[in-house]
Amino acid sequence: MRARLGGLPTFVLLLGAAYCLFPVAWVLIAATKSTGELFSTSTLSVGSSLVANLGELHGYRGGVFWQWVANSALYAGVGALLSAALSGVTGYALAKYAFRGRALIFNALIAGVLVPAVVLAIPQYLLLSKVGLTDTYLSVLLPSVISPYGIYLARIYAAASVPEDVVEAARTDGASEVRILGSIALPMMVPGLVTVFLFQFVSIWNNFMLPYIMLADDGKFPVTLGLYTMLKQGNTTPALYTLVVTGSLVSVLPLIALFLTLQRYWRIDLLSGAVKA
Amino acid sequence: MRLDIAKKALALGLGLALLAGCGGGTEQTADGPVELSFWAWAPDIDKVVDKWNASHPDAKVVVSKQAQGDDLVTKLLTSAKGGNPPDLAQVEFQALPTLVSNDVLADISEGAAAVKDKFAPGIWDQVTLGGSGVYAVPQDSGPMMFYYRADLFEQYGLKVPTTWDEYAQTARDLRAKAPDRFLGTFSANDPGWFAGLVQQAGGSWWSVDGDAWKVSVDDAATRKVAQYWSGLIAEGSIDKSPMYTPEWNKALNDGVQIGWLSAVWAPGVLKGNAEGTAGKWAMAPMPQWDAAKPRTGNWGGSTTAVTAGSKKQKAATEFAVWLNTDPAAVELLVKESGIYPAATSAQEAQSQPPSFFANQPDFYSQAAKIAATSSGFTWGPNVNVTYTAYKNAMGEAISSGGDLVPALAKMQAATVDDMKANGFTVGG
Repeated sequence: MRARLGGLPTFVLLLGAAYCLFPVAWVLIAATKSTGELFSTSTLSVGSSLVANLGELHGYRGGVFWQWVANSALYAGVGALLSAALSGVTGYALAKYAFRGRALIFNALIAGVLVPAVVLAIPQYLLLSKVGLTDTYLSVLLPSVISPYGIYLARIYAAASVPEDVVEAARTDGASEVRILGSIALPMMVPGLVTVFLFQFVSIWNNFMLPYIMLADDGKFPVTLGLYTMLKQGNTTPALYTLVVTGSLVSVLPLIALFLTLQRYWRIDLLSGAVKA
Repeated sequence: MRLDIAKKALALGLGLALLAGCGGGTEQTADGPVELSFWAWAPDIDKVVDKWNASHPDAKVVVSKQAQGDDLVTKLLTSAKGGNPPDLAQVEFQALPTLVSNDVLADISEGAAAVKDKFAPGIWDQVTLGGSGVYAVPQDSGPMMFYYRADLFEQYGLKVPTTWDEYAQTARDLRAKAPDRFLGTFSANDPGWFAGLVQQAGGSWWSVDGDAWKVSVDDAATRKVAQYWSGLIAEGSIDKSPMYTPEWNKALNDGVQIGWLSAVWAPGVLKGNAEGTAGKWAMAPMPQWDAAKPRTGNWGGSTTAVTAGSKKQKAATEFAVWLNTDPAAVELLVKESGIYPAATSAQEAQSQPPSFFANQPDFYSQAAKIAATSSGFTWGPNVNVTYTAYKNAMGEAISSGGDLVPALAKMQAATVDDMKANGFTVGG
């Protein structure tokens, strides 16, 4: 009975994997096609002009594509780092200190998880324009730093992975609260914070609405926005499909690399959980 | 101890806010050299702007490339609400009333009214909204034309249709001779295309009557167009898949679509999407409802507008006028950005056909003749709502059998409801 069922889940998972990976394969194949080949050759036949496409992408408006990639890296890298730090500190405070209004703050954060970021973009724009911060790098970074979901995750993680005894022992030894947080709690929370970092990195990298509303200067655009301007040049000119497809391929590479390198932290995470149990 | 942290955090927050206050909002002095920000999507428009900058060091224009579309209107509205719009923006004709009614655009009649005669009256009316103000300078227009694969027309012995009856007959003949090909498609995704067809039929979706708007999306002319296409869809004479999809691009490439009711800018699109078909296409005037009175509609077309929030409106207006009327500037716009100029003299000045239509040497002189038959059209303050309703209702109509006429009532209702909800007076 069990043995017969064994094949089915594997099959379903394989189906799921194919469903997720096929678009990636499509991008990979389409990026090798020239404009002429893109719509005239079979979907799965590999084209001959990957190098030419990359060259054209590189040359597009004086290499502005790489500027966009660098911007994305800045927004996602710095934003996710700050976000992980903030989430860690906030999550720790919410998990380990009993203070008035804790439940209220936490519930407000949970409510924040439910509000889609898209809805907030315009109010955030209006607020930031009051302090003259629109069309700056900060205008995209600041709203990305606060992640209700990240804080929620960090709180759960702090409650589970930082034992009360350890904190008490440190207090008895005379360590200050800041020291306890910095030298004891945060290091214990690293696997959780890596998770927050990854989630935030991906969501900032893929974010569209916020930078779209905030940024006017195309030199500050992240890569998502830049590719969109290449796609929508007005109906008088065709979309630069080949460049956009090639650009998409290039822009997912950093995400793949990041996941592959940070994956081992997740494995440690699972291990440490097992040891504790 | 805990209070300490809170204090520090508060101080840090305040510091940030102060810093921000200092960093932003650089006011420009009135008489020094100014810098004008310009949102535009036309490809390579930076090269045209460079020409201006070379001769106008005191009013440097900085282009910021944006993505064209309804979203850009939202972005402009938001930036104006926030108090920091660009000085100049490329705006499509149909978006002008939306932006004007939201006080986003400046009345530049002082600096721009003088160039009125450089444009066809139907075009100029669209930037004045029929009043005494001038809210933008026309940049490019899109008179509609019929494009067809001359080689395949010859192969199947088809004649270029001059009336809509002939178009329907040609579509049927083609289906009979080559069941895998279509003369064209009805696109539920392109409201601008449909609006162009309606303009040709003499429809007028919005009009101003005293203080009240009149909305007639569901009028006789529009119904005539919708009925006509419903018939073609019902008998399967034409395709009903949307334009501007990879599938449609493929159909242009392999000759499944052998005709396209498009606008003057079509050669650029065909070149980009179906490069292999170069030299096989030809252009003709639109099929007509009344062959004795040839008309066409406009699909696409944009303007250069100055924002009400700009502190340098005078210099910005000067630039907008220069960009669209100076012969050298317009010539460069045509060459670099591939637009079809709105300025009449520039339309006539084009002698070389588009590279994709080398087989039709008189392309632009024909185009100018067709452009002269353009119908005027008054756009309303919520074209985006009507357009969205078009996509939804037409898409639904096509998937449920293909009778397009009921969709018009839905578009009409959506348009009127939205205008009323936004405080416009809508008459009957």
